[in-house]
Amino acid sequence: MPRPGRMPAEKANDFPKAIKRVLKSMKKWHYIVIASVFLAALGSIISLVAPNRISDIATAIQKGLVPKTEKLSEIMEGAMAGFEDQEYMGRTMPEIMTSTDISDDDKAKFQEVMASMTAASDEEKTSLISSIPDSIFIKLIQDVNIDGTTISKEDSLSTIKILSSINIDNQEEAIAKFDSLPKSVYNVVKPQMDLTYIKKLAIFLVALYLISALFSFIQHYALSTVSNRFAQTLRKDISIKINKLPLRYFDTHEMGDVLSRVTNDVDAISMHLNNSLAALVSAITLFVGSVIMMFYTNGIMAITAILASVIGFAGMILILAKSQKYFNQKQKELGNLNGHIEEIYSGHNIVKAYNGEETAYKEFNRLNKNLYNCNQKSQFLSGLMPSMMSFIGNFGFVAVCIVGAILVINNVIEFGVIIAFIIYVRLFTSPLTQIAQGMNGLQATAAASERVFEFLDEEEMPNEDALDKKLAVEDAKGNIEFKHVKFGYDKSRTIIKDFSIDVKSGQKIAIVGPTGAGKTTLVNLLMKFYDIDEGDIIIDGISTKELKRENIHRLFTMVLQDTWLFDGTVRENIKFNRDDISDEEIWNALKVVGVDHYVKTLPGGLNAKLDDSESVSNGQKQLLTIARGMIEDAPFLILDEATSNVDTRTEELVQKAMDKLTIGRTSFIIAHRLSTIKNADIILVMREGNIVEQGSHDELIAKNGFYAELYNSQFSKVTE
Amino acid sequence: MFKLFKNLKTKNYIELLICIALIVFQVWLDLKMPDYMSNITALIQSESTQISEILKEGAYMLACAFGSLVSAVCVGYLSSVISSDFSMNIREKIFNKVENFSTAEIKKFQTSSLITRTTNDVTQMEMLISMGMQMLIKAPIMAVWAVSKILNKSVELSAFTGASVVVLLATVGTVMVIVIPRFSKVQKLIDKVNGVTRENLTGIRVVRAFNAEDYQEKRFAEINDNLTNTQLFNQRVFAVMNPIMNLVMNSLSLGIYFIGAFLIESSMMADKIAMFSNVVVFTSYGMQVVMSFLMLAMIFMILPRASISAKRINEVLDEELTIKDGDFDEDTSEKGVVEFKNVSFKYPDADEYVLKDISFKANKGETIAFIGSTGSGKSTLINLVPRFYDTTDGEVLVDGVNVKDYKLSTLHNKLGYVSQKAFMFNASVKENVAYGDNGKGEISLDKVKEAIDVAQASDFVEKMDGKYDANIARGGTNVSGGQKQRLSIARAIARNPEIYIFDDTFSALDFKTDAELRKALRGYTKDATNMIVAQRIGTIINADKIIVLDKGKCVGMGTHKELLKNCEVYREIALSQLSKEELENA
Repeated sequence: MPRPGRMPAEKANDFPKAIKRVLKSMKKWHYIVIASVFLAALGSIISLVAPNRISDIATAIQKGLVPKTEKLSEIMEGAMAGFEDQEYMGRTMPEIMTSTDISDDDKAKFQEVMASMTAASDEEKTSLISSIPDSIFIKLIQDVNIDGTTISKEDSLSTIKILSSINIDNQEEAIAKFDSLPKSVYNVVKPQMDLTYIKKLAIFLVALYLISALFSFIQHYALSTVSNRFAQTLRKDISIKINKLPLRYFDTHEMGDVLSRVTNDVDAISMHLNNSLAALVSAITLFVGSVIMMFYTNGIMAITAILASVIGFAGMILILAKSQKYFNQKQKELGNLNGHIEEIYSGHNIVKAYNGEETAYKEFNRLNKNLYNCNQKSQFLSGLMPSMMSFIGNFGFVAVCIVGAILVINNVIEFGVIIAFIIYVRLFTSPLTQIAQGMNGLQATAAASERVFEFLDEEEMPNEDALDKKLAVEDAKGNIEFKHVKFGYDKSRTIIKDFSIDVKSGQKIAIVGPTGAGKTTLVNLLMKFYDIDEGDIIIDGISTKELKRENIHRLFTMVLQDTWLFDGTVRENIKFNRDDISDEEIWNALKVVGVDHYVKTLPGGLNAKLDDSESVSNGQKQLLTIARGMIEDAPFLILDEATSNVDTRTEELVQKAMDKLTIGRTSFIIAHRLSTIKNADIILVMREGNIVEQGSHDELIAKNGFYAELYNSQFSKVTE
Repeated sequence: MFKLFKNLKTKNYIELLICIALIVFQVWLDLKMPDYMSNITALIQSESTQISEILKEGAYMLACAFGSLVSAVCVGYLSSVISSDFSMNIREKIFNKVENFSTAEIKKFQTSSLITRTTNDVTQMEMLISMGMQMLIKAPIMAVWAVSKILNKSVELSAFTGASVVVLLATVGTVMVIVIPRFSKVQKLIDKVNGVTRENLTGIRVVRAFNAEDYQEKRFAEINDNLTNTQLFNQRVFAVMNPIMNLVMNSLSLGIYFIGAFLIESSMMADKIAMFSNVVVFTSYGMQVVMSFLMLAMIFMILPRASISAKRINEVLDEELTIKDGDFDEDTSEKGVVEFKNVSFKYPDADEYVLKDISFKANKGETIAFIGSTGSGKSTLINLVPRFYDTTDGEVLVDGVNVKDYKLSTLHNKLGYVSQKAFMFNASVKENVAYGDNGKGEISLDKVKEAIDVAQASDFVEKMDGKYDANIARGGTNVSGGQKQRLSIARAIARNPEIYIFDDTFSALDFKTDAELRKALRGYTKDATNMIVAQRIGTIINADKIIVLDKGKCVGMGTHKELLKNCEVYREIALSQLSKEELENA
């Protein structure tokens, strides 16, 4: 059945103490935990280092975009060096004028240019030079040797041609023109990326990433191992503890409570521990690391980044607190609604037969509406978190950029600082939510562990190691004596006041009384499930106070009316904890009880699984538990008769089986049907916890007391 | 699953449309932000930049971020409204449907399963809507948009981004394929841990009496080890996922820069700049592409779970009601008469009849009892009167009218039904006794007191804290079985019915209380007809008519004395409970 979920951030009563206790009980794994935490911190440091290297790569790439214009001018200057050289010009000019390869037109043009040259400004000179005819120009320039390559005159000429055609205003086009440069020139001026540097960085980063992945894997692997092994130990401790607690504990505590400690609480501890511990450490490292890096890099920028984020986080904490409120409310309302649904569904017949649908529907609607209100609000608020986070991130980015830009312009910092801070802002904001989650996780761990440890710390039954008296089954004769026994479940309320009885070997004692009269109390005392307050119970001359519980249990066979079979085969259920029982003995017991035929019809016979399905009727279950009692074969017997859950014919079978069980044993029989115990040696009549009458059937009838009244009521006429 | 979404109202559809529009807007803003980011970085880099220019770009970006936040808030609000609305409506529908179920349908589904369907399964669907809806809309838009941003930019970089997506999805997929089947195994093992602990607790006396503590601990340890190992395996596989995801994500931007560097280097000057801007685009949008595909993958992880829940909910909603309300709601001239005419009954899918050809008539003021071994059909028979089931053949008449013709509430107003297992509501004693609507107005406190008195319950009620206002815990855990049963009998008495139906009600009482209660009841309700299913001969010994059932057939009908003489089955039952002398003395 669904249980309303636990509140998520349940508070522990004493958080530090609980966490300390958890860590202490993980002693076995301390080294692994410390190593994991160390790896987590290391992983965070790596992630602080990596972004800087990435931006280094980006910068290197960017540098590789710009053509080497300085080389270009070097080439030009080299090629045209002669223009400035009077001696060179004086030598070359006549050569040109006398050359037969050059047309007269060109010669005329050249002279014209040269004439206007002297008067021209530097700017005009450039355009004038470019108007020199190619045939002449090529004679004026010379080969250039740069960076080991020789640029021919022809190449220089075409370079000059291209450069002069460049329109400075159109940068893109201008850059594209570079591609048409002669190969020799292009190879010299083309942008060059430092590829070896980039490769080196990339290899470094890949190594870093691989290491960090490996660390993270090892850390996850180790922590999940530890948390699961820890959970395993806790579950085992609880299962052992259950058998060490006095029954009194289970009278005052609900079964569901213990169950939820075994599963829910232990699960919560292991899950949160697994998730929170490493995440918390790496987040805190990241947080502290980025704060340190920020202040180390630049104080003003650091304050800006932190302030920008803090404003956002203040808002977020407000929202969180509010959503927590609605979340708790939602859990409560969900619990209420589930409770109502459970009630109405399981009481379906009654609701229908009493026309209660309308009321049920109204109540359902009211609870459903209530749930809607806080459900919607809590969902809305908790859904805001990621959006808020990214907004804070963006806000931080802009703030850092603006303040950074101002500082750059004022020459306080360099551009690279801003890039670094853009990364730090992101590193700084992301762990904050992780820290919040981690703390919540630890909180939940603490709360769950408190409940688990509270159970493990419960007071156990008194230690009996000091008792050295022993009564072996073979030596037991079967006498038992109650001497002025006084007992109460509650020290302040004695229910058995002064009870004495001497039972001889082989006698049959019946315990009768209306429902709730406390018939099981006697069983509890006989089995030493509870210790008596005063008086003594003596078995074959030995006080039960001097016998170990285990010894006493060995002397008794007990068959209770709530037929307890566990999830297992017929054989396992009959043998139970005894290893020394052969199949033959089991079949014998089954035969005596009268279910051998039935077990044979089951698929698998003794290997048939007994489960919750209704294939095994209550009566058959009862018979199987009797067979288990047969196997145990102890000198004393406690028998709780079957009640109305069994149909009449099976009941007869059960009765017969029980009769067989009592043969040769000192038996205590809790009777529900008075006709069957008339032949008991002593009948104990109980009422409201106390034994009010005792004696044989005839004696008690003659006494005409409570027993007589009970006995007669079963076939009293209803008087009109 | 989509069938369930038909339950959304027009209002929800409008909200949904607004949501979609807002999400598109938000995605647009989110994808615009990287542009401003690179603008700002570019501005900072160039020396001639004025602060005002950065402020302007920054303002644009903040406006985008804020716009995105605002629309995210609106979307969050709307989707929380839609999902809560949806879950509220579906829950209400299921609850209504289940209220109209007959016992057959309840049995078919089982109560615990119906509860989970109304609560957990609806919560699953709600989660799908609140988390999934946003993702479902956002992820494809994001994916398409982000892909379109990088499409045709660079084959090599696209291939690399694509490869990253494939590696990521493959990792997630592999982990899921390995882990998911083991999840259900873990769940089963947790149930087993629970089961063994429960066994140990319920059988604590037996375990101790047999000194079987070690045995139990060993059984527990076995399952505990199994659980731990399975869970450990799962978590270790999961330990692979996180590092690989981080590795891929980190490698993505590194790889884009690295490949980009070579691409730029080898391209002509004219393409270098374009190539560089591609690299920048890829570094900011490549991550978005990967994230959006991861989101899509996550949807495919949520969907199967939700669709199972949807199926379970639909099964309930689509279940055809076998019991349909009639429309007869007039007063009848006869009162307190129940007649069975050749009634046979079998469960819908069963071959065997549970009841075969039963006919009898109970007149006003008579007590009619049913006895027989378990499985003889006596409870089923009595359940036909309040129409928990309908007959397969033949008819059941109450006051001369076929029960199928009655308006159910009219029929139920004539009946006072007490079940075998007493049922208590989490309410006061008074409210428990005055429960429901008997068509005669509210039940007064005096009437409640009277009913409790007749049911022999005043003793303990008077002793309770708060007496009639004392609270009964859920499931009646703070009162004993016998007390619960007496209160449930009082509940029937307070109703003032024409016909009492006691379905094995008295077995939970001890002989003395049983006898006294019946005596008081007889005196109090002289005119009412009693139908009693019983196990004990003592309970029915004085009935006007006893019907003996055996395997669904009526094998004897008459008074105790008559049956002892001429009904073998009855005699057997009687002798198993009382000795010969006792029977004769009675």
